[in-house]
Amino acid sequence: MCPLKSGTPDPDPWESPLFTLAAPLTVVASAEGEGGGFHAPSITDFFPPAIFFEGTIFEFNRVMLIRVIMTILLLAIFVIAARRAKLVPGRFQNAIEMILDFVRINIVGEIMGEERGRRYVPMITVIFLTVLTFNISGVIPFMNLAGTALIGLPVMLALWVFVTYWVAGIRKHGFGGYLKANLFPPGVPKPIYVIVAPIELLQILIIRPASLAIRLMANMVAGHIMLVLCFSATSYFLFEAAPALKAFGVLTFAGGFAFTLFELLVAALQAYIFGLLASVYINLSLDEEH
Amino acid sequence: MPTVHSAVLAAEDSAVEGIDLLIPAWYDIIWSSVVLVIIAIVFYKYILPKFQAVLDERTEKIEGGLAQAETAQAEAAAALEEYHQQLQEARTEAAKIREEARAEGSAIVAELRTKAQDDATRILETAHRQVEAERQQASISLRADVGSLATELASKIVGESLEDHARQSRVVDRFLADLESENTAGVGSNGQEG
Repeated sequence: MCPLKSGTPDPDPWESPLFTLAAPLTVVASAEGEGGGFHAPSITDFFPPAIFFEGTIFEFNRVMLIRVIMTILLLAIFVIAARRAKLVPGRFQNAIEMILDFVRINIVGEIMGEERGRRYVPMITVIFLTVLTFNISGVIPFMNLAGTALIGLPVMLALWVFVTYWVAGIRKHGFGGYLKANLFPPGVPKPIYVIVAPIELLQILIIRPASLAIRLMANMVAGHIMLVLCFSATSYFLFEAAPALKAFGVLTFAGGFAFTLFELLVAALQAYIFGLLASVYINLSLDEEH
Repeated sequence: MPTVHSAVLAAEDSAVEGIDLLIPAWYDIIWSSVVLVIIAIVFYKYILPKFQAVLDERTEKIEGGLAQAETAQAEAAAALEEYHQQLQEARTEAAKIREEARAEGSAIVAELRTKAQDDATRILETAHRQVEAERQQASISLRADVGSLATELASKIVGESLEDHARQSRVVDRFLADLESENTAGVGSNGQEG
């Protein structure tokens, strides 16, 4: 890796691993080993050193701090909005109500219908806003890490959805009825049930919650890695690389800028998808026919 | 390279593998639950009910406003109806009054006409009576004249011998003829006695 420092334009040793998925760990290891230079994104970003209670189950690190700050931010915004809520809404209240209406009408209402969905609106609202808030911290300067990029929060959210749709299904059809409705969908030839039933069981037990959690986490991890890659490359190109390479910095900065916008989109999209799929799963449990 | 790699990882507290991304650590789960529960409680207990209340109140206000507008409209319609009715009544009244006035007018005219007729009749009667009175007066004065004439006639009769009835009547006829030629006033047969 020394040739890079000496200024010879030989990008090969690091550029090829940069764009392969397995590489970042190696790169960061070597870069940090050199004591500075190019900081490539790595999985260790998601496991920062503890701040408090190191080694206990209450270990508190940077990711937890980000979550706490974003929680305070989210609650502050909504509590202030709720406290100031008036009959005739102002601009701020309108914006907040638009978000709440979006969840109530465009997510829950669209999937479950107004009548059936009313019960689940608060839950989906909390899920949507939590995911959105923690996703957005991925593009906020100095945080630069989504609160949902660490699997714990997506898992807890998915677990909540999981419990909710099981409870909803069992309450509606009874335990046996719920299993029967899901494992043996009507209209399927009898022998096919041998294949369908295990798959469906796997669906409602593991695949649905796991896909919810992993989809969210993976999106946020990928977004973080792309952003760090772009911006640390920019930093490296502009301040440390040979003059001939500085032009690349502009390119990577443009990439970072684009990815920041893209991450904003992904943050909102993933929140929407999480809320939407949660509604769909609950709705499937409540349907008369699978 | 592997040595550097492991050295760096060793510097970290624990080795981080790719699979760790998928397996939540206990502290991660605990802190996630804490923030999630806090968010959920605040939203369930305060924020969402508050917004729901505002929303309900707004709906109620709008519905109340609509109902009020409806009431106002109904009231306006009732007022219009009443106004129309009053107008109709007023028209009827006016027509009645006009009719009465016309009847009264014609009654007055009839009365006046009757009165005029009466007056006319009375005047005519008075005139008749006057004429009659004058005639009687004339008759009286004539009668008085007839007396004097009779006296004259008698003197004339005395002057002539009234032997027979024929002569007598001849004398009278002549006298009357004289009288007629002298006086145009018709006295005629009134003066035959005497």
